[in-house]
Amino acid sequence: MNETASVVVVGAGPAGICAAKALVAAGLRPVVIDEGLRAGGQIYRRPLVDDGRSATDLYGSEAAKATRLHREFDALLPSIDYRPQTLVWNIADNQLHLTANGVHQRIGFQNLILTTGATDRVLPFPGWTLPGVYTLGAAQTALKAQGCTIGKRVVFLGSGPLLYLVAWQYVKAGGDVAAVLDTAPFAAKLNLLSAIRFDPRLVLTGMSYAARLVRRGVKLHYNVRPTGVDGSQHVEGLNFKSGAKTHSIACDAVAYGFALRAETQLADLAGCPFRFDDRDRTWLPATDDAGRTSCKGIYLAGDGSGIAGADAAEISGELAALAVIQDSGMAADPRRMSVLAGARRRKAKLRDILEKAFPFPQNWFDQIPGATTLCRCEEITVSSVIDTVHGNDLRELNRLKALSRAGMGRCQGRMCSAAMAEILASTQKLKLPEIGRLRAQAPIKPLPLSLHEAGS
Amino acid sequence: MTRRFSADVAIIGGGLVGSSAALALRLAGLSVILMDKGFCGAQASGVNYGGVRRQGRPMGQLPLSQRAHQIWPQLNALIGIDGEYQRSGHLKLARTPEDFAKLEHYAETVKSFGLDLELYTGAMAKARFPWLSGNIAGASLCPDDGQANPRLVSPAFAKAARDAGAIVLEHTAVHAAVHTNDGFALQAGADCEITCRFLINSAGAWANKIAAGFDEPAPLSRIYPSMVVTEPLAPRLPVSLGEEGGGFYCRQVTRGNYIMGGGRGYALADPDFSRPSTTAALSVMKRATTLFPHLAGAHVIRFWSGTEGQLPDNNPVIGPSGTTPGLFHAFGFCGAGFQVAPAVGAILCDLVTSGETATPIDAFSIERFRNMSSQHNEKKGTHNEMVE
Amino acid sequence: MATHHSRPQFQRHFRRDDAHIPFTIDGTAYSGRRGDTVLVAIMSVTGQLRRSEFTSEPRAGFCLIGACQDCFVTLACGTRVRACTTPLEAHMAFTTRESGNE
Ligand SMILES: Cc1cc2nc3c(=O)[nH]c(=O)nc-3n(C[C@H](O)[C@H](O)[C@H](O)COP(=O)(O)OP(=O)(O)OC[C@H]3O[C@@H](n4cnc5c(N)ncnc54)[C@H](O)[C@@H]3O)c2cc1C
Ligand code: FES
Repeated sequence: MNETASVVVVGAGPAGICAAKALVAAGLRPVVIDEGLRAGGQIYRRPLVDDGRSATDLYGSEAAKATRLHREFDALLPSIDYRPQTLVWNIADNQLHLTANGVHQRIGFQNLILTTGATDRVLPFPGWTLPGVYTLGAAQTALKAQGCTIGKRVVFLGSGPLLYLVAWQYVKAGGDVAAVLDTAPFAAKLNLLSAIRFDPRLVLTGMSYAARLVRRGVKLHYNVRPTGVDGSQHVEGLNFKSGAKTHSIACDAVAYGFALRAETQLADLAGCPFRFDDRDRTWLPATDDAGRTSCKGIYLAGDGSGIAGADAAEISGELAALAVIQDSGMAADPRRMSVLAGARRRKAKLRDILEKAFPFPQNWFDQIPGATTLCRCEEITVSSVIDTVHGNDLRELNRLKALSRAGMGRCQGRMCSAAMAEILASTQKLKLPEIGRLRAQAPIKPLPLSLHEAGS
Repeated sequence: MTRRFSADVAIIGGGLVGSSAALALRLAGLSVILMDKGFCGAQASGVNYGGVRRQGRPMGQLPLSQRAHQIWPQLNALIGIDGEYQRSGHLKLARTPEDFAKLEHYAETVKSFGLDLELYTGAMAKARFPWLSGNIAGASLCPDDGQANPRLVSPAFAKAARDAGAIVLEHTAVHAAVHTNDGFALQAGADCEITCRFLINSAGAWANKIAAGFDEPAPLSRIYPSMVVTEPLAPRLPVSLGEEGGGFYCRQVTRGNYIMGGGRGYALADPDFSRPSTTAALSVMKRATTLFPHLAGAHVIRFWSGTEGQLPDNNPVIGPSGTTPGLFHAFGFCGAGFQVAPAVGAILCDLVTSGETATPIDAFSIERFRNMSSQHNEKKGTHNEMVE
Repeated sequence: MATHHSRPQFQRHFRRDDAHIPFTIDGTAYSGRRGDTVLVAIMSVTGQLRRSEFTSEPRAGFCLIGACQDCFVTLACGTRVRACTTPLEAHMAFTTRESGNE
């Protein structure tokens, strides 16, 4: 009953689409599986129905790329086995376990390219669980895919290139942006100047968002730490410090985040070895330049192998496909591979600089009251996690999860593991790589209990 | 640089058996070193289902189980937390009339132990437990059996032992243990040398290597019970429940999650880690929707499994070595050691301090395997034992 | 019990005039638009999706891309769906009373 595919691509974002395209060009017919309703991934997400907006309305400066990728994917459809709305929730014994529509299926694979993308990296602050507080990605998805803003008057908070972009998209769509609060000092932005030589277009468009926001009268603050959210049932305002000064702003929504974190659960279940990445402050599956892991037949591309952005995802997707082709004994153009590898390295350098311009707020927890919820699923507070660390002299993340319950809920630690790691390391004065990483467990997302095997 | 330790008792394995022995021995005034190759209480003792049940155990285990039954309500005093222990009752279900006959027979056989089993026919069971559905021929309730949270209880015993003065060495695997003139000499971790008068082998699924080192191998195999947990749901299931034959067991914790198990997972390349099998998990989920229609819309959020030692006669090894004075074994609990473990710790303390124990344990002697050929070593338990 | 009469959180900027899709929350009738996810449909008429399990805090989803699992809602038939990744269908009946509680 179980089928075996020669190549399976998980994810139909930029990385997955470019991988599929290169595989088809080599005469292969990949299975392409994506959890989403429509291909495009997060950045080039398409609305469920046409709502009259043009590609430029939806994707701004990236409109041409979005249109091209969508068109390329649509053209691939006859040559691939595309399975949308299908979740891969486990990998075991060279088989993928999938569900679609409440039905369970397995697919064996000879080669697997994981392009599972990323989700927002978030940190807790007082009030972050209240209705009206959303991730930056959520704010953008609401607008892009659904044509809604997350509130009437929105504050944007955090660090990362997305912060200014999404704020600007809100202004353009007619939303009221109350302020943009950057957790990094203004001086950090000067690093962008050295990024210009790697990608002038990206850097200049990026910098222009801040300028345009200011021109529209949006207040920008730097060096910000939020101190609390007003409101008991929903957001009514945000209080924050900028340097030594305290401020409050009336608003009914907050969008925030600190760049992205890679979705690596499937690589973990597949048994890929991980390495610690200083820039992303987390463990990532180890790959070579082309995306090969040390597990035979398993390849990684896109943000799921380390945050590098959509353009880099296109490059690494094609590279991984060429690696599959090469490793299967077919002809893959070695010049193309080395050009792509070079381009990928340049994107990585760019990312290093962006990280300096939009740094992670290292001392975040200095100001976070103990009563703040850390794990939103299990509702475990910061202080109860710290007490568990002290009470048991803990030094390892899985152990902290077991004894505190943080990270044990529905999201499998996606929303709290970055914070847990920072807290454990700083409480015990250890370095992040010394405290280990949360092991992935199947199913990587909740499954209906009533799931049944195909055919039964 | 070598670290040297010496104590009255060294314990290999910081699961619930080893940790509770460490605590009992400390309270009896002996010096104790407790070693684990990983974290204490992170293997079977910390990841099991959490059933605290006497019902269904073979007669020979009931005195031991009764002794444990007295200890569980005292957790707060012993280890500073209640470990979410509650006497919720344990309900054993029979799918077929044959299985129900077995439950009736069992109730008759163990009458003298005072488990106060209540038998229900299928219709009576559904009237008494209205949340129950599906094909049920009958059921047997043990009102004072219950459940607890292994993830909290087992590490807490190790912590209590340490707080009571035991030396606890985690990530310190014992690689050599020899008998000397005045006791034992061990090598452990990267740099530890330990001397002791008494040695306890409570190394769980890994215990046979130690036993074999003292010329008494046991036919110990491994099982990897497969577990599933749901999202938190409204409280509905008041008892811990298991099916005759062991194919399905389930409880709902106070926070609302249903924990359910049945079937077997498998070991990873590193046999210290195991994975639940999807086939087992799906069959457990299917059984759950049949028995509890109110769960039809619920989601499961995680599977897991753990590594447990299995012996061919479904009974553990507990007691003195047959070859080496001063050595005691306690391992091979066949998927049902959580409830009895605190009593096993107490018994090990009896044996070390006085050479005897009031609890009958002859049936668990390692000597019963003396004449068994080694081929048993390879054989996996074939029947679906009752794991809860 | 959700205070679903509280003010709408999300503001529609597009598809305002698209076809109306009727649904109910605890029996009260509302309408979404063609192309809505369940989350957008509910958050465009109310201020929350559900209450948290352990502290009864109001919750309204968080990531909108199926990662945080904060947005599960219950249909009257007992089925639970992840609101941000489930398209709204006509006549969906949501209940804010936990299934299995009665
Ligand atoms: C919310 C959000 C907003 C962003 N906005 C911007 C932006 O405006 N500008 C910008 O430059 N960058 C943005 N980024 C970053 C950008 O999306 C990424 O750099 C880029 O899309 C990476 O491409 P990818 O193919 O690796 O990942 P993705 O585009 O995320 O594609 C991965 C795909 O895999 C699927 N998938 C994952 N796991 C499974 C599974 N187990 N089973 C089935 N399918 C699965 C997912 O559904 C997804 O479609 C954003 C990221 C996020 C998360
Ligand atoms: S809002 Fe995060 S999963 Fe739906």
